[in-house]
Amino acid sequence: MLVIASLLAGLAFGLGLILSGMANPAKVLAFLDLAGSWDPSLALVMVGAIAIGLAAFFVARNRAISFLGAEMRLPTARHIDRRLVLGSLVFGVGWGIAGFCPGPGLVALGMGEAKAAVFVAAMLLGMGVFELVERRNPTARARAS
Amino acid sequence: MSIDWNAFTPWSALSGGALVGIAAAMFALLNGRIAGISGVVGGLFRPTAGDVAWRVAFVTGLVGSPLLYALFAVLPKPQIAADYGALVLAGLLVGVGTRYGSGCTSGHGVCGLSRLSPRSLVATVMFMVAGFVTVFVTRHLFGL
Repeated sequence: MLVIASLLAGLAFGLGLILSGMANPAKVLAFLDLAGSWDPSLALVMVGAIAIGLAAFFVARNRAISFLGAEMRLPTARHIDRRLVLGSLVFGVGWGIAGFCPGPGLVALGMGEAKAAVFVAAMLLGMGVFELVERRNPTARARAS
Repeated sequence: MSIDWNAFTPWSALSGGALVGIAAAMFALLNGRIAGISGVVGGLFRPTAGDVAWRVAFVTGLVGSPLLYALFAVLPKPQIAADYGALVLAGLLVGVGTRYGSGCTSGHGVCGLSRLSPRSLVATVMFMVAGFVTVFVTRHLFGL
């Protein structure tokens, strides 16, 4: 049941990315190009998503188990550290280079785009490199998990 | 700054965003998890019993969503201007950065801001600013 819910959530997420224009790197880059002819559309993607998300997480926060009986695994970390800031900056540079973040990269891969496949392969390699470095550094790993 | 009103698509952006929100809501309320793509995918690199199938199912849904979309409407063609070298660099930075920063546009941007998490607000501001600066540098300083 949880696996089916997971599949449906992934499908809905992907459909939303396609419909909103987020799965199109040209549209993402037009949003990030403040100094050019700016396309503000993607700000509204966040507005639409957060409007629903606020209500959902307000309900989720007060529950010990999910509506399907799964353990709630919502984040509890509150510290703002160098890893969070530097990691997010590095991610933003990569996002600005190609206009892909992880979700849209996977959706464009599903559209059969060879360039998206290259992006996703490099992204998985990057995640693998992170894992290797983390395994050599047990204290950092304990904090991250 | 000049706003490109011809490219502005407020209704598809809002409705697509709402669909993303519904997906994140389902995932939180049914699975008890954050719909953060980098976290869901990254977790596959440290597989533990019972923790793999739901991740694979979510990613399958994402990758399969264009097929479902194509049943009802003409699938829009993504415009990917970056060359292969740039895509490799971008992918590596996105992969490493999202794991070090514990999230991406979905985990921090959508779910984190919806949870009113200060950590996610900081992360979102950081990757947005880095994205704005990167596009400014590549497009307007180097004319790429």
